[in-house]
Amino acid sequence: MNLIKHIGSYLLLMRAVISRPDRWRIFFQRLKTELYTIGVDSFGIVALVSLFSGAVVAIQVAYNIDNPLLPKTLIGFSTRQMIVLEFAPTMVSLILAGKVGSSIASEIGTMRISGQIDALEIMGINPANFLIFPKLVAAVFINPALIIFGMYIGIIGGYLIASFTNLLTPDEFISGVQLDFESFTVFYSLIKTAVFAIIIVTIAGFQGYIVSGGSIQVGKASTKTVVYSSVLIILFNLLLTQLLLT
Amino acid sequence: MIEAKNISKFFGETQILEDISIRFEKGKNNLIIGQSGAGKTVLLKCLVGLLEVDAGHVDFDGRNFSSMGFKDRRAIRKELGMLFQGGALFDYYNVEENVMFPLNMFTHQHIEEKQQRVNEVLKRVNLENANKLFPGELSGGMTKRVAIARAIANNPKYLFCDEPNSGLDPKTANLIDDLIVEITEEYNMTTIVNTHDINSVLIMGDNISFINRGKLSWQGNKDTILIDDNDELNAFVFATELTKRLKK
Ligand SMILES: Nc1ncnc2c1ncn2[C@@H]1O[C@H](COP(=O)(O)OP(=O)(O)O)[C@@H](O)[C@H]1O
Ligand SMILES: [Mg+2]
Repeated sequence: MNLIKHIGSYLLLMRAVISRPDRWRIFFQRLKTELYTIGVDSFGIVALVSLFSGAVVAIQVAYNIDNPLLPKTLIGFSTRQMIVLEFAPTMVSLILAGKVGSSIASEIGTMRISGQIDALEIMGINPANFLIFPKLVAAVFINPALIIFGMYIGIIGGYLIASFTNLLTPDEFISGVQLDFESFTVFYSLIKTAVFAIIIVTIAGFQGYIVSGGSIQVGKASTKTVVYSSVLIILFNLLLTQLLLT
Repeated sequence: MIEAKNISKFFGETQILEDISIRFEKGKNNLIIGQSGAGKTVLLKCLVGLLEVDAGHVDFDGRNFSSMGFKDRRAIRKELGMLFQGGALFDYYNVEENVMFPLNMFTHQHIEEKQQRVNEVLKRVNLENANKLFPGELSGGMTKRVAIARAIANNPKYLFCDEPNSGLDPKTANLIDDLIVEITEEYNMTTIVNTHDINSVLIMGDNISFINRGKLSWQGNKDTILIDDNDELNAFVFATELTKRLKK
């Protein structure tokens, strides 16, 4: 019963979020800031995570395909597929749910308990739209960019393994990476990423928006955001994989 | 003039406000006083529409605010400023941007015109050379001043203040009270102030409504409040050691 009530108020909030901003100039100002805080500030962590997962995937594949009958190019090929299809979109989105989601929830939660949301409302401004919409638009555009970046870095991680170990040669790795490339796989990943971005920002925005009380409740909202959005990302990953790849 | 007519408000089963009718006069400081938990903030929020009333209505110069939709309310909201208990300055913006915010949202003024207005109101609240500071860098008194500047930036007809001097030292508290009194006169606004501070009551009480446990228990002004024989009122007014001794 409580769950249905929550979903109801989540949907109502989303209706308020997705509407025409009062002033486009202010919207674009906010968007610029959000692109920066959600996107640019996340490149470092995405690079780190991608580099190491790319390297680990390459090593795992190499050790598990040591049959002399299988060509070494298969290692590069499998590494690329795994990075592009799963590691970049899903793993990076889970990291972003932790980094971006928790910060949005605590930011908006703090604005709620300090009266800033009331102050916006008193001025006749739609606070949900003013606060959450720029973040949503920013994430839907910047997260796919982050993921593409993550794919490149992941493949560089695999390449470094080829260069610094004798599991395979860099040339074998590169020709494997280029083997049978279908651009649909990237497109599929970007769709997933955009959906995950919507999940992260709207769950975080909702949890922050409904905070009442004090700093403890803000902390709880932040935790709930990470838990709920991670679970939803994993569920939607399965759903979208079924939908898009079959 | 703002009129509250037979307002009631419930949270779940508990009744917080019971059939409250008050007239708030133009050009005056209208005070809502009462103990903590009496329902002052809830009443103020009902007046500005942050909370919906369960019975009765609020009229802004004859316009029935309570029955309006979002669009019509917006027109009235452009005419009102509110000073929140903690200031509620926007953390995203510095002092100047906070004060300019209502102008950005509601006017099509040129940036120079807005800048001029911002400097004017900041000067009015005696806060110069703080334009570029962020809310986290301000003292309690400064925060209140910026919040007042933001509330009056767009020339409101109605000003709402929730405990304007709570958390301030007595001297700064007096300065803020004086400022509100002066500004109300200058702009000829309908000002409504919530307070539990008896000192503020004596400074600004043109028209006082005493709320006790969600009911309107007494009305008067700063002169009549000291000589009335309403027991609930006297328990509130002469609650501190200082006022008790003075009464003797
Ligand atoms: N959102 C709310 N939900 C439930 N009860 C509330 C809410 N806001 C205030 N109350 C209750 O209403 C009463 C009056 O509160 P308030 O108006 O804040 O008092 P004050 O006169 O100190 O401003 C208190 O008992 C408070 O617990
Ligand atoms: Mg209060």
